[in-house]
Amino acid sequence: MSPTLLVALVLALSVLAYRLGQRRAHALAVRPTGRRLHSRPGYHGLLAALWCAVPALCIIIGWQFAAGPVLTSLALDTVTSQRPDLGPDQMNLLVTELRNLVAGHTGSREIDPLLQAAADRYTALAQVSRLALAALALSVAAIAAFLVLGRIHPALRARNQVERAIEILLTLCSTFAVFITIGIVASVLFESIRFFQKVPITEFLFGLNWSPQMAIRADQVGSSGSFGAVPVLTGTFLISAIAMSVAVPFGLMSAIYLSEYAGSKTRAVVKPLLEILAGVPTVVYGFFAALVVAPLIRDLGLSFGLSVSSESGLAAGLVMGVMIIPFVSSLSDDVINAVPQSLRDGSYALGATRSETIKLVVLPAALPGIVGSILLAVSRAIGETMIVVMAAGLAANLTLNPLQAVTTVTVQIVTLLVGDQEFDSPKTLAAFALGMLLFLVTLALNVIALYVVRKYREEYE
Amino acid sequence: MNKKPNDPAAPPAPPSTMEVVGLGLSKRYRRERRFRMFGLAAIVGSLSFLVLLLGSIGMKGWTAFVQTRIHLDIHLDPARLDVQNLATANYNALVRDATLQLLPAVESRQDRRLAAGLVSGGAAFELQRIVTRQPELIGSTLSLWVIADDEVDMFVKGHIPRDVPETERRVSDKQIGWIDQLTAAGRLEKRFNRTFFQNGDSREPELAGIRGAAMGSFYTLIVTLALSFPVGVAAAVYLEEFAPRNRWTDLIEVNINNLAAIPSIVFGLLGLAVFLNVMNLPRSASTVGGLVLTLMTLPTIIIASRASLKSVPPSIREAALGVGASKMQTIVHHVLPLAMPGMMTGTIIGMARALGETAPLLMIGMVAFIVDVPRGFNDPATALPVQIYLWADSPERAFVERTSAAILVLLAVLLCMNGLAVYLRNRFERRW
Repeated sequence: MSPTLLVALVLALSVLAYRLGQRRAHALAVRPTGRRLHSRPGYHGLLAALWCAVPALCIIIGWQFAAGPVLTSLALDTVTSQRPDLGPDQMNLLVTELRNLVAGHTGSREIDPLLQAAADRYTALAQVSRLALAALALSVAAIAAFLVLGRIHPALRARNQVERAIEILLTLCSTFAVFITIGIVASVLFESIRFFQKVPITEFLFGLNWSPQMAIRADQVGSSGSFGAVPVLTGTFLISAIAMSVAVPFGLMSAIYLSEYAGSKTRAVVKPLLEILAGVPTVVYGFFAALVVAPLIRDLGLSFGLSVSSESGLAAGLVMGVMIIPFVSSLSDDVINAVPQSLRDGSYALGATRSETIKLVVLPAALPGIVGSILLAVSRAIGETMIVVMAAGLAANLTLNPLQAVTTVTVQIVTLLVGDQEFDSPKTLAAFALGMLLFLVTLALNVIALYVVRKYREEYE
Repeated sequence: MNKKPNDPAAPPAPPSTMEVVGLGLSKRYRRERRFRMFGLAAIVGSLSFLVLLLGSIGMKGWTAFVQTRIHLDIHLDPARLDVQNLATANYNALVRDATLQLLPAVESRQDRRLAAGLVSGGAAFELQRIVTRQPELIGSTLSLWVIADDEVDMFVKGHIPRDVPETERRVSDKQIGWIDQLTAAGRLEKRFNRTFFQNGDSREPELAGIRGAAMGSFYTLIVTLALSFPVGVAAAVYLEEFAPRNRWTDLIEVNINNLAAIPSIVFGLLGLAVFLNVMNLPRSASTVGGLVLTLMTLPTIIIASRASLKSVPPSIREAALGVGASKMQTIVHHVLPLAMPGMMTGTIIGMARALGETAPLLMIGMVAFIVDVPRGFNDPATALPVQIYLWADSPERAFVERTSAAILVLLAVLLCMNGLAVYLRNRFERRW
C-alpha cells in the first residue's frame, strides 16, 4: 500500500469520524431530556476527526523516516556478520549499492550474491513493513475515533480542546522560522567543519591563492588545490563597491526628489516604475549584463586603448547597482518621510532654500536610517548570485582593477556545486565554507542595519 | 545701525542683512536648481535603464514568437515506408528528397547537403509523428509546413545581415539564393511559433521550447504555495494574536526579519545539505525546488500577513469577544476574513519572487538538460528562470532570441501576478 493511498485513507476515516461525531452530538442536543451541549456539534465532530487523523499521521511520518535506516541495517546484518572488518566508508558504499539494487539500477557489473540476497531480503522486509504500517495506522485511527465518539457527551468541552489543538498547531508553525535558521546554520556549519579539518582555517581566511580544482594525478602541481579565499573576497568587495557607487547616489537622489520635490501625481507614477526594477528577476539582469553591458564596456575600453576583460567586474557591478537602486530609494524614502515636518518648517523659516534644508537638516536627521538602508543594500549586493554568475568571471584574480575579470563568493559556490560532485572532496566542502562566510557577513550586516533603523525610528515616534 | 548717514567720521555702513543675503542669493538659487536637477537626473537615469533593459530584450526576443517554415510536398512512398515497422523508416531521406524537389537546380553532392540543411532535423520527427498516427496517408503526397533550420530562421528574420562577408556567417551565399527562391515561390514563410510553447528543451534552437521549464515552474510554485501559505498565515496569526511578549517571541521575530534578508543561495545550500543529502529526496525534482522556495518565501508571507492582521482594528475583535465568541472564533470568523486580501496580496508577491528565483534551484540540481516535459512533482524538471540561464550560456545565435523570448514570457507572467496583487489590494483593502 503506497504512503499516499494510506494518508488518503486516514483522511477519509477522519472525515467519517467528523460526520459521526457531529451527528452524535446533534442527536444528544435534540433529545428533549438532554442537557444543553457545551460545544456546538461541529466541534465534537472536529475533535473526533483530529483524534482520528493526528496520531495515525504521526505514526506514518515517523515510519517514513525510520523505515529506511532500520530496514537497511536489518538487511545488511547477514553481510556484516560475515565480514566484520568493514570500515565506515565501505559500509557507506555497501548501503549505496544496496539502495541501487533495491531500486533496480543493476547496471552491467557482477553482483555480489551476498548483496543480492540482502537486497531481496530488503524488498521482502519493506513489503512486510508497509503492510504492518498500514494495519497499525488504520487501526490506531479507527480506535482513537471510536474512543472519542464514545466520550461525546453534552458536558464535553469539545470546543476548548479543538481550539487548544489549533493553538498548538499555530505555535508550531511560528517556530518554523527558527528551525529554518537552525537548519541553515547546521548545514553550512557541519560541512564547513569537515572542510576545515582538511584545509586549515588560517589558510582559508588569509591565503592569497584560490584554485579549487582538484588534480587528477597526485603528482600534479598544486594537486591538492589551494583554498585561500582572499581573492574571492576581494572580488566580492570590488563588485559590491561598484554596485554601491551606482546604487547609492541614484537611489538616494531619487528618494530625495520623490519625497521633497515631486508632487503626489509624479510620485504615484514614478514609485511603482522604480519598483519594477526590483521586481525583474536577477537572471534577466545577468543576461542583460552579459549580452549588452559587458560588450559595450569592452568596446568603450578598446576605443580608449584600454584592455577590458569581457567578463569585467565593472559590467556586473554596474548592472547590480541598477538592480539595487529601488532598494536604496524605497528604504531611504521611508526614512526621509519619517523626519518630522517641523524640522523642515523651522529651516525654511530661517530662510534656507529647499536644497539647503535637505542637505543641512533633513539628511543629517535621517542619516542613521539611510546608513541602515545602505547596509541592507550592501548585504543584498554581496549575496546577489545570478548577475555575477552570468556576467563576472571564474578566475580568482587578486586585483582591484574593475576592468579585469574577478570572481565572487556566490559565483564560486555555484561553480563548485553545480553538476555532479563527490561529497567528501575539499572542493565541494569549500563551497559550504564560503556559504558560511556569506551567511555570517550578511547576517551581521542585517543585524546592524535593523538595529540602527529601529533605534532611529523610535527617536521621532 | 542707528548712526546718522551724514556723519563723516563714521565708517562706511556695513551692508544690511538683506544685502548680504541678496549677494549670495543667485548662487544659492543656482545650487538649488542644480540639486533638483540631480534628483531628476537620478530618476530619469534609473527609468531609462529600465527602458533600455526591457527594450533591448523585447527587440531581441519578439521575433522568436514567429518561426520560419518551409512548405514541402512530401511523397510518402510506400516502398520506403513499411507499415509494420514505421519507427525505423528513414524519414530524413523523405524530407531531404522533398526539399531537393523544390530546388531542382541543385546538382553537386555538396550543394545537395547544403540544400537539405535548410530544413531542421526536427522535420523528420514531425513527419514520423504524423505518419505513425495516420498510417493511411502512406502512398499519398503530404503537404506540410516544416520547421526551417535555425540559421535560416535567423537570416530570414534579419539577425544575419546580407552584407556580411560569407566567411563570417553560417548561411552561405548559395543558401541565401535558395532562400530567396523559396520565398519568391511562396514556399517559405514566417508563421506563429507553436514549437516554442509546446516543446521542452532541445539542443537545436529551432526545436527548443519553454513548455518543460514552464511546467517545472508550475509544479514548483504549487508546492511552494501549498506549503508556505498555510504555514505563513498560521505563524502570523500566532505571532500577532496569541504570542505572549517574551524572549522567545522576540527571538522568532528577529529570526523572521533576518531570514527575509539572507541571500537566496544560502537557502539552496540548505536544500542541498538537508533535503538531498540527509533526507535523500530526488535530485532535480520540483518537490525539492518547492520546499527550498517555501523556506525562502515564508518570511515574506509572514511579514505581509502580520501587517495585514495588524491593520484590522481592535474594535472588531472586541465586538466579537463582547457577544461571547471565543478567541479562536473571533479570529477565524472575523479577523481572518478581513485580513485575507492583504495576506493574499503578500502571498502573490512572494510567489512572484519565488517564480523569478534561480540561484537556490541551481544548488539542488534543477539545472539539467531535460527534454521531457515533467508530468509530476517528482519528475526531473527545470524552472523558467533556470531555462533562461541555461539558454543564455548556449553559443548558437538563435538561442539569444529564444532566451529573450523566454524572458518576455517570464516578465509577462510576473507582471500579471503583480497586477493581480495590486488589483486585490485596491479592490478589497479597507481603510478603517
